[in-house]
Amino acid sequence: MVEDEGIRRYVAHFILWIGIAIVAFPVYIAIVASTQDNALIANGQMSLLPGGHFFETYYQTIFVGTSGSTREPVGNMMLNSLVMALLIAVGKIAISIISAYAIVYFRFPFRMPIFWLIFITLMLPVEVRIYPTYKIVADLHMLDSYAGLALPLIASATATLLFRQFFMTVPDELLEASRIDGAGPLRFFWDTLLPLSRTNMAALFVILFILGWNQYLWPLLITTRDDMQTIQVGIRKMITTTDALTEWPIVMATAVLAMLPPVFVVVVMQKLFVRGLVETEK
Amino acid sequence: MANVTLRNVRKTYPGGFEAIKGVNVDVGDGQFCVLVGPSGCGKSTLLRMVAGLETVTGGEIDIGGRVVNQVEPADRDIAMVFQNYALYPHMSVYNNMAYGLRNRGMAEAEIKTRVEEAARVLELSPMLERKPRQLSGGQRQRVAMGRAIVRQPKVFLFDEPLSNLDAKLRIAMRVEIRKLQRRLNTTSIYVTHDQLEAMTLADILVVMNGGQVEQVGNPLAIYEKPATTFVASFIGAPPMNLMSTRPEEIRSQLAGSAAADAGILGIRPEDFVITDQTPAGGVALPLTVEAIERVGAETFVYGSREQEEQHVAATPGELPPGEIIVRIPGTEAPAIGARIRVAAVRQKLHLFSGDGRKRLEA
Repeated sequence: MVEDEGIRRYVAHFILWIGIAIVAFPVYIAIVASTQDNALIANGQMSLLPGGHFFETYYQTIFVGTSGSTREPVGNMMLNSLVMALLIAVGKIAISIISAYAIVYFRFPFRMPIFWLIFITLMLPVEVRIYPTYKIVADLHMLDSYAGLALPLIASATATLLFRQFFMTVPDELLEASRIDGAGPLRFFWDTLLPLSRTNMAALFVILFILGWNQYLWPLLITTRDDMQTIQVGIRKMITTTDALTEWPIVMATAVLAMLPPVFVVVVMQKLFVRGLVETEK
Repeated sequence: MANVTLRNVRKTYPGGFEAIKGVNVDVGDGQFCVLVGPSGCGKSTLLRMVAGLETVTGGEIDIGGRVVNQVEPADRDIAMVFQNYALYPHMSVYNNMAYGLRNRGMAEAEIKTRVEEAARVLELSPMLERKPRQLSGGQRQRVAMGRAIVRQPKVFLFDEPLSNLDAKLRIAMRVEIRKLQRRLNTTSIYVTHDQLEAMTLADILVVMNGGQVEQVGNPLAIYEKPATTFVASFIGAPPMNLMSTRPEEIRSQLAGSAAADAGILGIRPEDFVITDQTPAGGVALPLTVEAIERVGAETFVYGSREQEEQHVAATPGELPPGEIIVRIPGTEAPAIGARIRVAAVRQKLHLFSGDGRKRLEA
């Protein structure tokens, strides 16, 4: 019986390892390819072991860019992506927490219709309303700007809904105690509701940052200048080359670099998550 | 220090439900007033109206000579202790108590003095830096009290503050609250559904039922002279025995009294004596013993009366018709199934009109 258990465990672990390999192998390939010589890759003779061009490729990728297609240093693309993702994540959280606060804690005419209106926008993602949104952004002269990249994506029904659900679990007595303690609506929001929402905000930040970072269609549409390009758009442009060889090591290096910030955010915020989850008590 | 006066206070919810139907109560300076009643009787609503957390539909709420109907809770000079304590979970004990003072722009040094003094009184000094979740139920309760005390308000409001504690702690905290209130001499209004808490804490007891005040007064006076059958059966445990005076057996014994016909007779369990004699002017009843409960210092005898009893006024804690509880001291009790006679003297009889709404003097 005991031996049986042992064998079963090995089998289980073996299957898990296969799963990990399936997920990790493409990432490994990307990393390896980014250190190889382009000619080798183009010939289909790529080794599965890391090549010797690590520093040179990454230096060129970050500070110079491809010699053919985009010629834009990826460092700059990353900065653009980072600014956009941060603006989207922070903006979404700020807007939605305020609107959720209004909907949950204030009685005003058409409160429920307004809530449903926000709710309905869930069914209208960027792709559906892309033409009118483009028109508005263009008319506001926000093409090729950070504002144009981030603003149209900031309003978020999902986040509003999430905060609304959370606020509704906060006991009414806390609000009443605050009122007796002389805290007005702003004070209550700032002193009580915001600290209590910390965990939710952290969770949302992770999700929204990655969502913002991975935007492709919208940045593709509204940025025309190379120096406003985001990394996701940049990768695509690097691959399509008209009369030259695709510079695969640089493409792969860019892909690896594009992975880093989301990974970093998840790793760093995960700690905050767990701590928040353990501490939360209403 | 202040009086709290409620003048014909009413509350009707937008749906048309009348939660409070005209309440008049006068709580003197430094007095401890307890609102007691079954759940849904409006006692919490009334307290929340005094706090300013519910709007007032009609009448006046007067705190310290000022009508506060339209005054914000923070400006009424009250402090409230909630049933679930409502401590700010992300603030330390110190900050929980200091928060209200800071919002009022008090100097930090003064805040420190007040919080530390309150912490000393409530034995919270070693845990000022802890968060509420690191405290036990009793400690949280004390923090909630501390938050009220540091404000030095005109009135304390308590909304069932002990109902989340276990039985032992509840009794200990009950005594503590009473001592504290005596020492601070602050007018207090306390809501509870526990009649024992109500009896032990109150200077003035307000018994409520269905949004109305059934009786106001000194707790012992209410116990001795309940104004209605509702009060009679709500105050006192086990509840008062209530029976119709219509059956010949009782009517004949009450001959000449106002309630002899179509009234209700009430006798408290402890006023019965097991005896073969009938005291002059008193009432004697033959019973068959159905059950015995020995609690140590006293014993409760559950008996059933011979003839089927007509149902009288529906009230909480009411006994099934025909059942009588008799409290006798010690542990000596008749055997189950035994036929006994119990009697009560004239002075211990409570007589009510047939609908139970009016007390009649014997």
